Amino acid sequence: MNKHVMNEAIGETRLDRGTQGVIGQGVDRYEGKLKVSGKAPYAYEHLIGEKVAYGFVVPGPIGRARVKSIDTAKARAMPGVLAVVTGDAIMHSSAQPMGPDVPAMKGEIFHYNQPVALVVAETFETARHASHLVEVDYEPLEGHYEMEGRRETGRASDGGPMAADTKRGDFEKAFAASEVQFDRTYTTPSYHAAAMEPHASVAKWDGDQLTVWSSCQLLDLNVKQIANGVGVDASKVRLLSPYIGGGFGSKLGIGPDAVLAALGAREVGRPVKLALTRQNVFQATSRRGETIQRVRIGATKDGRITCFAHETDTPNAEGEGFFEPSGISTVFLYPGDDRLVTHRVVTTDVLTTSAVRAPGEATGMLATESALDELAEQFGIDPIAFRKLNEPEKDPQEDVPFSSRRLLECIDEGARRFGWADRPSKPATRREGEWLVGYGMASASRANSLMASSAEIEMSADGRATVKTSMTDIGTGTYTILQQIAAEMLGLPLDRVDVLLGDTSLPASSGSGGSWGANSAGSSVFVAAEAIVEEFARRLDVDASTLTLKDGHAIAGNRQIPFSEILKRETLTVTGKIEPGDTSDNTNQASYGAHFAEVAVNVTTGETRVRRLLTVGTAGRILNMKTATSQCYGGQIWGIGYALEEELVVDPRSGLIVNHDLAEYHVPVHADVPKLDVVLLEDRDPYASPLAGKGIGELAIAGVGAAINNAVYNATGIRVYDYPITMDKLLPRLPEEVGAAA
Amino acid sequence: MRPFDYARAGNVAEAGQMAGRFIAGGTNLLDLMKLEVETPDKLVDITRLPLRGIEETDDGGLRIGALVSNADLAADPRIRRDYEVLSRALLAGASGQLRNKATTGGNLLQRTRCSYFYEPSQPCNKREPGSGCGAIGGFNRIHAVLGTSDKCIATHPSDMAVAMRALDAVVETQKVDGSTRAIALGEFYRLPGDTPEIENVLEQGELITAVRLPKPFAGQHRYRKVRDRASYAFALVSVAAVVRMDGGKIAEARLAFGGLAHMPWRDETVEKALIGQEPAMANFDKAADILLAEAKGQGENDFKIPLARRTLKAVLADATKGA
Ligand SMILES: Cc1cc2nc3c(=O)[nH]c(=O)nc-3n(C[C@H](O)[C@H](O)[C@H](O)COP(=O)(O)OP(=O)(O)OC[C@H]3O[C@@H](n4cnc5c(N)ncnc54)[C@H](O)[C@@H]3O)c2cc1C
Ligand code: SF4
Repeated sequence: MNKHVMNEAIGETRLDRGTQGVIGQGVDRYEGKLKVSGKAPYAYEHLIGEKVAYGFVVPGPIGRARVKSIDTAKARAMPGVLAVVTGDAIMHSSAQPMGPDVPAMKGEIFHYNQPVALVVAETFETARHASHLVEVDYEPLEGHYEMEGRRETGRASDGGPMAADTKRGDFEKAFAASEVQFDRTYTTPSYHAAAMEPHASVAKWDGDQLTVWSSCQLLDLNVKQIANGVGVDASKVRLLSPYIGGGFGSKLGIGPDAVLAALGAREVGRPVKLALTRQNVFQATSRRGETIQRVRIGATKDGRITCFAHETDTPNAEGEGFFEPSGISTVFLYPGDDRLVTHRVVTTDVLTTSAVRAPGEATGMLATESALDELAEQFGIDPIAFRKLNEPEKDPQEDVPFSSRRLLECIDEGARRFGWADRPSKPATRREGEWLVGYGMASASRANSLMASSAEIEMSADGRATVKTSMTDIGTGTYTILQQIAAEMLGLPLDRVDVLLGDTSLPASSGSGGSWGANSAGSSVFVAAEAIVEEFARRLDVDASTLTLKDGHAIAGNRQIPFSEILKRETLTVTGKIEPGDTSDNTNQASYGAHFAEVAVNVTTGETRVRRLLTVGTAGRILNMKTATSQCYGGQIWGIGYALEEELVVDPRSGLIVNHDLAEYHVPVHADVPKLDVVLLEDRDPYASPLAGKGIGELAIAGVGAAINNAVYNATGIRVYDYPITMDKLLPRLPEEVGAAA
Repeated sequence: MRPFDYARAGNVAEAGQMAGRFIAGGTNLLDLMKLEVETPDKLVDITRLPLRGIEETDDGGLRIGALVSNADLAADPRIRRDYEVLSRALLAGASGQLRNKATTGGNLLQRTRCSYFYEPSQPCNKREPGSGCGAIGGFNRIHAVLGTSDKCIATHPSDMAVAMRALDAVVETQKVDGSTRAIALGEFYRLPGDTPEIENVLEQGELITAVRLPKPFAGQHRYRKVRDRASYAFALVSVAAVVRMDGGKIAEARLAFGGLAHMPWRDETVEKALIGQEPAMANFDKAADILLAEAKGQGENDFKIPLARRTLKAVLADATKGA
């Protein structure tokens, strides 16, 4: 296997030379035609035409209980019902992405409406109705459904996405001695990923071999989780996720559907299809935890930040180590010699909390980037000038250099394009009829990571390339960028490169998560392609660096040889692997950006509309301008939702997730979204990966809600510390004079 | 969904006699059946009945067939010209796809969006009389502030019905025995009281055949819907207004409110207080005082009271401006 370990900065590569001219181009999606014509099968759409059975989940409608007995007789007596699966192995929520363990119910109800059994029937409708006939007898247990009143019980988890605590110096002492002290508490509600494709699985047994089609992000981990959940060896399980209708972190760990479908299929002896209903998805997968965040900043009188603390309380279920890492960017984004970032997990008996798009930044920067706006105002400094005054030169926590940090360039470019100079200099001074108008900005950052990943490239005798990896494309554009990387590296037109993804029988990959997918999987394709070029050079007896590849020909000196000739009627297969190395430790790597928002707040009702939204970002090399820009649009839209609408409501009396459908859990609709502008600056980060690229998928959600909040303040003079900014929070402080007249 | 029998009504006369639950667009009923909130033994499909016309009545109004879709009704040129408030209300509701399916009769009879009503494991007096009310003391942001009872605080979610209430619409029905009646919309709905499961005065098997609008009302038509997102959300507060000015004073004001009560809310004392008044904020405030005198918040929805006041004032200011 050809392996590249990222121990030092990458030099000039074939991607920089761009001989084939496809890298970075905004080419159409590789699988776009299949998707728009309905020919890209999603998880539930496999095994069409085979004799299958259908599953339906039985929910346990109580917050916390021990199951005394389950009476399945009535359900089983219903014609068409094949089996009712019960027992310890029933998965009650999605698994965490950290390890192969899965949450099995073992006779208990851990959260309201968790799965307690699975009905399998000849038809979906029969299974659904029979699910109502299963009778469960509970012994209720005491449950806690909110953090309030229990925050002092918060635990420091060592099983989270970052260290629970990051400290430097003595924050308390430095803060007490600061000339200026800022101390605010922000709250963000629980959120749901609400991917368009619900969690769904089809499971089929052939003897002791299990094949599962499911909607997953991390196949090589997920296959182990399925094996664990079903109680078989992972070598007996094959998992396929060729097309995925969105994941946003909610499909990092396996969903209960995969294990339940497999258990059901084993019991009835035929393949079982199980799609979670939208209500199940909201109540039986995972969610983002609500947060209470205290931000304290010490500064000098002239506006220089000297110390910074960001302390977060967030819930998770008993025994769960994951926490929403709200302080993740605070660790390196802001200056200060004395620093304190903490996270405490308060145990609640509500659906498990886990990763949702940009874990940490998505909530933490709603707080810190609002705090910076308020602090700048206290100093009477423009928020942009304030950020410039406080731009650290190196990682303030670890003292290592930034691999590349062009935050201020993003801010300046954004300010120019947006017309920041026209911002109302005093809040609540611009009124257009019934609307109060304001501008706001915020920084964006997203920590970068590279994961081990491998890919195979098979060159067929006629000079076509096929990329094969277990990597997933969750709608981000992975198929397309892998095709582009292979085409550029190998000098092939795009239509001579095929990509096979989403199958654990292919080389193991990083999977999709944490915005690492493009760089990790892409780098493995880079490494494999380099190996092919080396082999071509060896066969042509030239130095690889002198070889130019274009349109299926190798050009060496004055020779031009078609690949088919070099391949000598044989298939050439190589595998490439990327591994993170020293550059992950000796540089601080992140993507950066800046958001600018114009909002209008209705003076009568407090309804807030985003009128303009601009994001300027840098994330190293952009592999495909179109798919990268689309990722940013998505982030911006999420930011609108987080600022103004989204809130997963838990009834503290029972633990019920009250708004468990898309009519009542409000995500932005078209009418909420203005024309979006995204500008990605030309950039390279040679420390990040052989591609010199960094993660982009989550950058644009980081901070965008704060830009909107800051704009609401600029429009109204009202600061909201409790997201989302709904009208009830603005109404009491809006001007008396309603209507357009003024 | 519980298994059910299905039959198709071939004519209006037989529909009621088929002893089943009517299904029109199905956009509300089917959702509730999937959750087993509604469990009819039999569905009577009325979509083939000849009730899709909008015809002019002798007294200069319109008769809207019960099966006219929300989309067609909103787009009808006579509605857009003479009953603008209705067209606007319809277009403020649901989504394009839903409006294509949703019918006039079904819209009037759609059930509340109370989350506890939709969750069969929770107490709800409307779904299961005597079981209690999950929304009282729970998440009640969308709930009523007027005409509530200690048994139920749900709202009626329709936008269309609010505009129709302002327009004095009349519901035409046919009973099981074949007799017909006309019920003023103001007498059609009921407050929750002790029996929130009874939402209107229809009898078992009584079919809505049409909704009649009186001849058009002159004046400014407004429908203002306040909600948590710009589209595809139910009203927190909505105001349907038809306001006619004469000599700089308010000559007629028809005002109906959505999002506030178990039915489209109309209070004639509010309207009377405005007649003969100048269009001044102080006068609008007095009207709001009357409207909201008995308003009672439930915690999460307290903001609806000032919101209703502000929205009413803005609508009145807008409808009377330049007069
Ligand atoms: C996601 C979503 C969002 C929505 N948003 C809005 C909104 O913003 N504003 C709004 O106003 N509405 C909204 N709606 C509701 C929508 O307007 C109603 O679902 C629709 O109007 C119901 O009409 P239907 O023909 O589909 O009724 P059905 O579902 O077929 O029937 C509803 C009820 O009426 C009865 N019925 C139907 N026709 C007759 C008749 N002729 N005689 C006697 N009984 C009859 C049925 O038996 C049933 O009880 C929304 C719905 C959804 C699903
Ligand atoms: S408000 Fe009415 S509909 Fe809602 S739970 Fe209470 S009784 Fe049921």
